[in-house]
Amino acid sequence: MTEAVLDKPKGQNRIGLLLSDYKGAESTLCAGCGHDAITSSIIKACHELGIEPTGVAKLSGIGCSSKTPNYFLNQAHGINAVHGRMSAIATGSSLANRTLTNIGVSGDGDTASIGLGNFLHMVRRNIRMTYIVENNGCYGLTKGQFSATADKGSLKKGGKEINQNEPVDICALAIQMGCRFVARSFSGDTNQVRNLIKAAMNHNGTAVLDIVSPCVTFNNHEGSTKSVTYARLHEDPLHEVDFIPHFDPITVNYDAGTYTKVEMHDGSLITLKKLAHDYDPSDMDRAMALLHEAAGNGHFYTGLIYCRPDSVPFGEQKNIVDVPLATLPESVTRPSRAVFNQLMASFK
Amino acid sequence: MPPTMTATEALVEELQDRPVVNDVVINVATVNGSGSQSANFILLRALFSMGIPVSGKNLFPSNIEGLPTWFTIRANEDGWLAQRARTDVVIAMNARTVAEDVAQVHPGGILIINEALKAHATRDDILTYVVPYGEIVKQVCEDTRLRKKIVNVIYTGVVARLLGIEMDAIDAAIDHQFGGKPKAIKMNRDAAQAGYDWAGENLEAQNRYRVQRSNKTDGKMIIEGNEATAIGMLFGGVTVAAWYPITPSSSVCEYLTGYMEKYRHDAETGKATYAIVQAEDEIASIGMVLGAGWAGARAFTATSGPGISLMSEMTGLSYFAEIPAVIVDVQRMGPSTGLPTRTCQGDIAKTYQLSHGDCKHVLLIPGNVGECYEFAMEALELAEQLQTMIFLMSDLDLGMNKWMADPFNPPSKPIGRGKVLDAKDLERLGGFQRYGDVDGDGIGYRTLPGTPNNKAAYFTRGTGHNAKAEYTEKAADWKTNMDRLSHKFETARKLVPASIVHETDAATVGVLAYGSSDDAVQEARHILQERHGVKTDYIRVRALPYPADVRAFIERHPVVYVVDQNRDAQMATILRGELFDLSGKIRSIRHYDGMPLDADTVVQQLLHQESR
Repeated sequence: MTEAVLDKPKGQNRIGLLLSDYKGAESTLCAGCGHDAITSSIIKACHELGIEPTGVAKLSGIGCSSKTPNYFLNQAHGINAVHGRMSAIATGSSLANRTLTNIGVSGDGDTASIGLGNFLHMVRRNIRMTYIVENNGCYGLTKGQFSATADKGSLKKGGKEINQNEPVDICALAIQMGCRFVARSFSGDTNQVRNLIKAAMNHNGTAVLDIVSPCVTFNNHEGSTKSVTYARLHEDPLHEVDFIPHFDPITVNYDAGTYTKVEMHDGSLITLKKLAHDYDPSDMDRAMALLHEAAGNGHFYTGLIYCRPDSVPFGEQKNIVDVPLATLPESVTRPSRAVFNQLMASFK
Repeated sequence: MPPTMTATEALVEELQDRPVVNDVVINVATVNGSGSQSANFILLRALFSMGIPVSGKNLFPSNIEGLPTWFTIRANEDGWLAQRARTDVVIAMNARTVAEDVAQVHPGGILIINEALKAHATRDDILTYVVPYGEIVKQVCEDTRLRKKIVNVIYTGVVARLLGIEMDAIDAAIDHQFGGKPKAIKMNRDAAQAGYDWAGENLEAQNRYRVQRSNKTDGKMIIEGNEATAIGMLFGGVTVAAWYPITPSSSVCEYLTGYMEKYRHDAETGKATYAIVQAEDEIASIGMVLGAGWAGARAFTATSGPGISLMSEMTGLSYFAEIPAVIVDVQRMGPSTGLPTRTCQGDIAKTYQLSHGDCKHVLLIPGNVGECYEFAMEALELAEQLQTMIFLMSDLDLGMNKWMADPFNPPSKPIGRGKVLDAKDLERLGGFQRYGDVDGDGIGYRTLPGTPNNKAAYFTRGTGHNAKAEYTEKAADWKTNMDRLSHKFETARKLVPASIVHETDAATVGVLAYGSSDDAVQEARHILQERHGVKTDYIRVRALPYPADVRAFIERHPVVYVVDQNRDAQMATILRGELFDLSGKIRSIRHYDGMPLDADTVVQQLLHQESR
């Protein structure tokens, strides 16, 4: 903590805002929904980072998860795209205004079923965005049908239907599409979720967070691998995630034997305290092997699965001016009369 | 008549005494991918530079190489440049289509046929010229690989000799076509000259069709509609374009990319003041456009019918969430594998009401390349002004063919960004209602993401919302919003371009047309009056919702023929439905075989219905 921050009245962050300044409308989701826990984590993460709420764009698709941007950061613009198309909307808005901080919340149906194609292409382009998938393996708003992330052999509520199809692994696909920040977590592991969100928001490209977030109404029974009980029993953190933003001094000595450090492009630091595993998130082959193994035996690893901070976001690839395209003046966006005349002459 | 002559030979002989000057339709039949396009453009431009009005229509297959393709050049002193059914000169280069190509020459016309195909030259009612291209090309091009490309240029020289096109004009057209490439210019000039010389030495001159220098193209230019649209977007200040390749719209964004690379980079940093994205599909394209529009950028996509289908859901979001967006629809025939390289106006009804629930959209319908340019700018303008989706309804004929036009007018008004409140406005106002109707025109005020004021934010959604953009499922809120959207549509009716009306003294028959039908309809009116004594008045509608002048026109006439380039009389049906008190006056002329509309079709259908 810096002196400046310590001087702030209690509860104020580095830009003088309280936690309550990051809140949104009251949630209309079911009591105990994992999504609400993630909403709280987003609110805390933004407060702790001292994010300017009016500089945030909240993006979402359609579904229970996509309702949640209404429940945080009331002072930020938000949008519900059509189902599965948050990625396309986000691509357009991020090009129109590169200064926005983009937080997207989608679901497993939205991202991995109807929106899978557009999601993968957005990841390929590497737009600068925190992309959270609140993954519960089912469609809540339409009463519990399987989604594409439901594990093979999962039982549907009521016990009559077993999912026969292979699940879509959002993390593995994201890595394959070139994503350089891929994490998996559990909504109930609020510390990990919060720190991963903070790190993701400082990543210079698309950061994909696949967060298992149980549907307490339709997919919280025995036979589901996305239930609260299953997640609690099986969660196996790869490491203990902490995030030190660039504006905070580093006060702890992070010993290489106990910690893995990831330095981000803006000088922020992700520290990963070693637990039972010796895991290096910069190794793509290791990450893919881990996901493959997890898929094979139902293991629920959480943490930062893959991270390479040397990332070139889409706006930079396109060499777009730093100021928002949206508000460029006519003097910039309309070529001169001389250019017009020259063009007309070329067709004669 | 000498005893050795057949009747038709006599006809040909007789026609030689009555030359037709500066009025000819030339059809070149070649193989797709054989490089014939350059040769055809050279012919077109040579005629143009001689001061003769011309149009060039490319009838091409959905194929990269090997299938037949035709290029029709119409040169007409009086400026009638629409498709014409009658072909005067055929240049037959394609073995696969030679029989039908020979058959299409109008009696008394001219066939210029490759020697290899001469077995098909059996008609005695036309003039036939056999040209040994294979021999001639050997003399001008040593490189056997290049001969395939060059061989087509030879016929430009042959036609020049036979019709009287000046070789200086051919050379100038070659220079224009291969600008900056001296080797290509020399090779092509040599080939054209070889054709010209060979024809001079070996072919008997004809006097049926002649061209001669005129002054009817002074100050004019030649351009395709899609390029005109791209120029409109450039000068309309577009900043984001997203697209997915589809014939016949792809060249809109390809042309735009070229212009933006040239003209839209920051002088100091070299950075782009725009973003163009080739998306993974049409859903993503329109999604990116909406995202950009929501964030405040001027954005558009270009597509055709099948792409429009995929953009349907996003169009509904644009309509209900009131997000500015523009779709350029270069209309073509049929579904994905239908006739993607043939023209039509088949998307009018669909786009007018595209998407779910009650939707109605603004369509701007250019009737010429100048309007492709103007309406592209206007579409960007109206999208932000009305905060909704605007369709620019072009078609393949307009978009991909070569049109003669006056130079465009430079932009005449400053770029308006619509009702956008910034941080200062909000400070002054203390807040705003996103979907409130403060001004009585149905259009609310919006703010852009990133506006540094804690009263700026609102949540954008297609779901039920009240004036404050809050979620609601209340019946009264929903209905209030729907009625305001309808009111906004009436505002649009007053903002869209007025129709173009041509009225004649004492005409009782009205004709209503739109889009690329204009040239054919104008020519049809001329024919109707000159040859059939039928005077017509004409209104060209340039937008939906149609402005007030449409009702007034129909009211003034006992009968109005609505010309649609689609099977189901889409515009006539819209007008009959919305102007139901006048529906009895509305008759229909329809054309839907994939070819551009020609005057004869309009004349015949109109006379047929008049005679009943």
